Amino acid sequence: MFTNNEIIETIDMLDNRHLDVRTVTLSLSLVDCIDSSVGKCCDKVYEKITRVCKRLVPVCESLSKRFGVEIVNKRIAVTPISIIGASCGGYTELCKTLDRAGRELGVDFIGGYSALVHKSATAAENAFLDTLPQALSETEIVCGSVNVASSKTGINLDAVGKLGRVIKDLAYRTRDINSFGCGKLVVFCNAVDDNPFMAGAFTGISEGDCSVNVGVSGPGVVEYEINKHPDYDITSVCELIKRTAFKITRLGQLIGSAAAKELGLPCGIVDLSLAPTPAVGDSVARVLESIGLSRVGSCGTTAALALLNDAVKKGGVMAANRVGGLSGAFIPVSEDAGMIDAVRAGALNIEKLEAMTAVCSVGLDMIAVPGDTSAAVISAMIADECAIGMINNKTTAVRIVPVYGKTVGDEVDFGGLFGTAPIMAVNGGDPSAFIARGGVVPPPIHANKN
Amino acid sequence: MLVAKSKGMWYTAYIMKAVVSVIGIDRTGIIAAVSGKLAEWQINIEDISQTIMQNNFVMIMLVDTSSSALELDKIGAMLQASVEHLGVTVHVQHEDLFNAMQRV
Repeated sequence: MFTNNEIIETIDMLDNRHLDVRTVTLSLSLVDCIDSSVGKCCDKVYEKITRVCKRLVPVCESLSKRFGVEIVNKRIAVTPISIIGASCGGYTELCKTLDRAGRELGVDFIGGYSALVHKSATAAENAFLDTLPQALSETEIVCGSVNVASSKTGINLDAVGKLGRVIKDLAYRTRDINSFGCGKLVVFCNAVDDNPFMAGAFTGISEGDCSVNVGVSGPGVVEYEINKHPDYDITSVCELIKRTAFKITRLGQLIGSAAAKELGLPCGIVDLSLAPTPAVGDSVARVLESIGLSRVGSCGTTAALALLNDAVKKGGVMAANRVGGLSGAFIPVSEDAGMIDAVRAGALNIEKLEAMTAVCSVGLDMIAVPGDTSAAVISAMIADECAIGMINNKTTAVRIVPVYGKTVGDEVDFGGLFGTAPIMAVNGGDPSAFIARGGVVPPPIHANKN
Repeated sequence: MLVAKSKGMWYTAYIMKAVVSVIGIDRTGIIAAVSGKLAEWQINIEDISQTIMQNNFVMIMLVDTSSSALELDKIGAMLQASVEHLGVTVHVQHEDLFNAMQRV
């Protein structure tokens, strides 16, 4: 039997501190759906997704009731469509097929409209990249990602240059919804094969047929625990975060194992994550503030985030059978109430966020910038993030929204979990000649380990 | 999972244990209402404790639902509905949740 305190603490975390499972993501390989006919390829893709993932949503809803744990999103991640569609070339048709299959099943998102071009792009992959604006603007729940750099291969500056133009085009095409199409596209360095989080989830080519991956969330729990102990020194704070992360991750492992068992599929990884939502009490920024910063963005933010990120991993590793995905604290701006407040107050800028991305899970995430930001500037921001990821052997990403017709001082509402974004200023200067050079930035010397 | 021997053969029998927690303002009839419903649904109470924490009435039960015709997924909402008039909050959660989060 458990003590009353243990039971009440668990219920309090779930009911009052926003502890939830952010996503159960079914990873599904579509390699066996490749066909030279667009129609046949789409049919095979639709049939496989709706057959294998049929029970995903009902199983998650049943588990949610059994354990009293909210499972916020149910998602599907598939093999990069640039590979599946290379033979038939029907990329946008495949994108619409994914959208139709996902909506039929009632999932929240389906990821994998993706390409892996971190060394170089084939002609088919270049054609795929050109379809991104149309495909993502004409579908609802499909998410796309492009891996343009890695520590082993360097930075594909041609792809970086192209993605700047793709993002601008996507922003224009979705101008009626505050350019939100860009919220469904993420550009990676060192993308991972088993990421359960959107917009960057896809089933890597190294993965098996299918598996059930889980991403947990619980910044509110961590903030609450730290706030209870203002007298702790920083070593004790780290220990407290580890203990809390252990519990949070155990919840993810429980749900992941149970979902895999009920679906009759292999259990994949748990992403050791602290993922915020715009709700009050569910903010990573507030965790940093509870460590002792008056406002996120102040000096000390990078150090606080580094210790948080590391302690979350140390606590989570022992709680999960297999660890994977992005694993770390996320710092999206529009999806985090504390980040939004800090930007509004002028305390947090893109330069500080860039520094933060060097020590945490991903990168410049859900940041709204002026609509007149040039494609070259966006490409250069991507290049900067790629450089941080490439040199430091970590995943970095850019999910940036140049909101059409808006400028600094404006604010846009993306709705739901995507939150509100104040438009942030971008540093001046023109990097267009740098981006226009094209080519590949060679990998760093420490990539040559063999 | 319980391993049981019957007619010379070993069988595995799944036992479904859940934690029922009832939190609210103390008043007469809470335990009677909850345990009455559990008995009606063939849910056996294996352990029970009751205390006052921070001015709240807190009752926690460990129950076995394996003899009940009801699925664990549905019991929580049904129990909450049947004690709604007492102004208490009821959770019915599989014990694995607490094993996972509170035990190494």
